[in-house]
Amino acid sequence: MSRTEATTQFETVIGLEVHVELSTETKMFCACRVTFGEPPNTHVCPVCLGLPGALPVPNRRAVEFAVRAALALHCEIAPVTKFDRKNYHYPDLPKGYQISQYDRPLGTGGYLDVPLPEGGVRRVRIRRLHLEEDAGKSLHDPRLGTLVDLNRAGVPLIEIVSEPDLRSPEEARAYLQELRNVMLYAGVSDVKMEEGSLRCDANISIRPAGSREFGALVEIKNMNSFRSVKQALEYEAERQRALVLSGERVERETRHWNERAGRTTPSRSKEEAHDYRYFPDPDLVPLRIDAEWVESIRRSLPELPAQRRARYEGLGLSAYDAAVLVDERPLADFFDACLALGADAKQAANWLMVELQGLLNEKGRELSATRLTPEGLVALLRLIEEGTITGRIAKEIFPEMVESGADPRSLVEARGLSQIADREELLRVVREVLAQHPAAVEDYRKGKTNALGFLVGQVMKATRGRANPGLANELVRRVLEE
Amino acid sequence: MPISEDEVRRIARLARLGLEPAEFSALTAELNGILERVERLRAIDVEGVEPLAHVGGLHTVWREDVPRPGLAREAALAGAPDAHEGYFRVPRVVAHEEEEEA
Repeated sequence: MSRTEATTQFETVIGLEVHVELSTETKMFCACRVTFGEPPNTHVCPVCLGLPGALPVPNRRAVEFAVRAALALHCEIAPVTKFDRKNYHYPDLPKGYQISQYDRPLGTGGYLDVPLPEGGVRRVRIRRLHLEEDAGKSLHDPRLGTLVDLNRAGVPLIEIVSEPDLRSPEEARAYLQELRNVMLYAGVSDVKMEEGSLRCDANISIRPAGSREFGALVEIKNMNSFRSVKQALEYEAERQRALVLSGERVERETRHWNERAGRTTPSRSKEEAHDYRYFPDPDLVPLRIDAEWVESIRRSLPELPAQRRARYEGLGLSAYDAAVLVDERPLADFFDACLALGADAKQAANWLMVELQGLLNEKGRELSATRLTPEGLVALLRLIEEGTITGRIAKEIFPEMVESGADPRSLVEARGLSQIADREELLRVVREVLAQHPAAVEDYRKGKTNALGFLVGQVMKATRGRANPGLANELVRRVLEE
Repeated sequence: MPISEDEVRRIARLARLGLEPAEFSALTAELNGILERVERLRAIDVEGVEPLAHVGGLHTVWREDVPRPGLAREAALAGAPDAHEGYFRVPRVVAHEEEEEA
């Protein structure tokens, strides 16, 4: 090991560029429907095909969604904004340019507070948020050539560029997760990374710890999942560290994450990159963003993930539990519905996160595919609380409630599952059980106290879980001591 | 500031213009003529004048988010030199190793 290696600590510096597809009905500049998984080239028109003479007209709703997203990220909204052409050639970009925003982006100067896995929060500054159109999709086949589907061409996108404020691949992942949550809560996108409605490129460099200069910037493309973002950045930070330690230079370049090989490779289109010759699109007039409109959008923003987590923590949930619920919005909405019905926060959260999640994971299902209702869960919690059923019985009937939406009270009555809390009744059972297990009783009396647990278990079994556990314990002990 | 023939060559490549080598020197001279005129415009004092992105004074022209049918696929593909099972087909483009392996 060299001296430098032993003594030099490096800091990783990461900034992310995230593209989010807006969930509008129609495309950014034409009235073609936004779709996913439809047969190729079935949602196209002269505008998104780039046919000569066709003119783009912006989608008002897309602008509204972009303003919404920008406000959710605490950005300033430009009072006047415009569209520019970004020129490059690729078969899935039929016009030979992408309509984007260059020097007057819709949003600037925002931030996102990212909860970090090790606790605490990192404020990541948002440099800009702008509107643009998506390209189509290309399939490359060695025999057939390149096949192009333009259904996606012209779908509205926002690009969100962060400042280089992230300090590890894990933080980058956490940022992406929180950004996804914010977009989901703001209601502007379905943000599915696996369907490409959330895409991410990264800028990454390393520098000696404590240095204020930045190292040579490498841009990483083609990371298609949260996991691959973390893996690609870990690989790249290590690659750069090894180069520096062996006295070589890190090239400023664009690299491509190869998921299968687990490494980044230089992009071939290197010499042409970053020369997009932007200029204002003469087909589009500037947009004036009315300040009152912006305020009405701001007022319509729902509670955002950070606020929701804070509210849950205020109810006594741990930071971890609050984050798990908020990361899974349908679960958090269900939880809120339970709270509105008067449920105890910790109990409800516990049931949702342990019992329900367990069942969903087991069956690979979503909450929306079950029949469980907030009313049902709250009724179940009440049955436990008032002592009508034991926790064990509750767990037993819960899968059925999830499956059929059955009312827990009716289930308990129909099957005679209510708790045995009557001393005399339970005492009878305890005496029977002890009579059946003389060996265990003998063991206990010889000082093997763990025989007690076995005998209480047998009482629970004999009552099919209906015995009040505390009372069963007390009675078994008493009879043994007789 | 005049531009060089090399810069013109680079711009032509970026714009995918198939120019003959002989055309470059004439084109460079022409472009420099245009740039000279722009240079003269630059001399004008525009202190306090709002930058103009579009002539005509129109602004905020947009449409509601309502779908309308576009072109039938056959019509969309009709003008293309080649198509395959509903896709536009073009000579193979490979930007990355990974796509080559696929």
